[in-house]
Amino acid sequence: MTDFSDGIQFLISSLSIGGLYALMALGLVIVYGILRLVNFAYGELIMIAGYSLLLLGDTPLPWLGVAILSVIAAAIAGLLMERVAFRPVRDSSPTTMLITSFAVSTLLQSVALLTISPRPRPVRLPEFFVQSLTVGDVRIRVVDLIALAVTIVALVALTIFLRRSLIGIALRAAADDFTMTRLLGVRANLVIAAAFAISGALAGIVALFWIGRSSLVEPAVGLQPVLIAFIASVVGGLDSLRGAVLGGYVLGFLTIGLQTWLPRELLDYRDAVTFGIVIVILLVRPQGLLGGAAGGGR
Amino acid sequence: MRLIPPRGRFMLRVDDLHVRFGAIAALRGVSLHINQGEIVGLIGVNGAGKSTTIGSIIGIVRPSQGSISFENGSLLGLAPEAIIRRGIAPVMEGRRIFPALTVGENLRLGAAIRRDPAGIQEDLDRWCAFFPILGERYHQSAGNLSGGQQQMLAIGRALMSRPRLLLLDEPSLGLAPKLVAEVFALIGQLRELGMTMLLVEQNVRMTLNMVDRAYLLNTGAVEFTGTAAEMRQHADFERAYLGGAGAAAAATDAPR
Repeated sequence: MTDFSDGIQFLISSLSIGGLYALMALGLVIVYGILRLVNFAYGELIMIAGYSLLLLGDTPLPWLGVAILSVIAAAIAGLLMERVAFRPVRDSSPTTMLITSFAVSTLLQSVALLTISPRPRPVRLPEFFVQSLTVGDVRIRVVDLIALAVTIVALVALTIFLRRSLIGIALRAAADDFTMTRLLGVRANLVIAAAFAISGALAGIVALFWIGRSSLVEPAVGLQPVLIAFIASVVGGLDSLRGAVLGGYVLGFLTIGLQTWLPRELLDYRDAVTFGIVIVILLVRPQGLLGGAAGGGR
Repeated sequence: MRLIPPRGRFMLRVDDLHVRFGAIAALRGVSLHINQGEIVGLIGVNGAGKSTTIGSIIGIVRPSQGSISFENGSLLGLAPEAIIRRGIAPVMEGRRIFPALTVGENLRLGAAIRRDPAGIQEDLDRWCAFFPILGERYHQSAGNLSGGQQQMLAIGRALMSRPRLLLLDEPSLGLAPKLVAEVFALIGQLRELGMTMLLVEQNVRMTLNMVDRAYLLNTGAVEFTGTAAEMRQHADFERAYLGGAGAAAAATDAPR
């Protein structure tokens, strides 16, 4: 092993996991920008995509078809979540919405626990999830490369959507001044539904690779991703989409960097060190790396 | 180029409007109307109820009593976006442009209710020619525009929906005197195009030079109404708003 190959491996691992974190954070921030709601039930959208992978995995469908259907399932779940749970409390206080999101989260986990299984269940995964490539003395997991590519495609697609489409422009405008956006005739329900659908689709993509790492799905599978998403978006700035992406990559590089270079006897403290660095970042920039000065911008 | 047919037809009617904010009565029975092709002024000091009246018309303030109708349909209880879709466009106090979006994106959003790409492009060209600075800065962030330019953008954005009624809430507020004159000149140009407008202003002199009729609001009620000439002749009005208004105008016109 050379320093060079270590470096390449570090870079690919960091970009792969960082991209995943970035997508997690984006799914949270795109809803927060418009409703000022940190949707903690976001993790359950990942869970729903995970169980879709599980249940559809028993059908003769090819894996790619299963994956696409699971992403669609999460997007639809996002839409339903907005329609059933959040729309009725939309004009209430932020606290009410936050508590609603905890309630939805708990409810969906309980449903999964009762109807499917409280235990982790193995998900059928294609071969390439466990294969590795060796180039020279660099050993790269294929799934890392695919995660990296899918993340970039998703980020580019989302950017084009937010810049070119009228709904995308309206989403960015609504994140800045929701009332004024409505005063241009943009329908509030449409913008909010779009945000939840995108959030769900991102959760679905995240689920493919997050669950792909352990190949297990359980009712609480979304807990860790939603925490990572929250931390990454706070680091980047909760009101900034670019901040969410940056926060995700920063957290990814931190995690892998500490994993790689922390002395073996300190490895158990990796997360503690990570969060310590996060706290330092927030002490220096409380609004997040790219967040607005006032934290809200409205 | 005339945007709409000549004046004469009834357009907006507000009747006996009451608005309460908790224990405070913000509006106490305001009635006003605007005919097609008219420019109507709504004047009064801070807190007289001007913004509450506008807010009620566009659905962001809920009246406790009274009626608001536009082209014979009631606006009461409609969501803001539904009211805009009926053909009213507000230019809000403080401009409320989207600073992170480009000038072009701001303008495009103004046409959010329209589904005629060719017509939208035509209007983009028209208003970028009308406001040359918007054409020059089309691809730049709107937040980089100066205050006066942002006001042009806010007005251009409102016009992109092809409204039949334009509501202008304090368009000169916070602008330097030279820019105030520019904004009023612009309103004059829109009048030449036949645009129906409700102009809410604290700058009474310039407003009366611009409008056909005006309403003077005081503590939530219409205190006096008439043509611009009648308003100027009204004795109390003269004393309260034109005579000793210098200090008050200076205070409220200060840049924010």
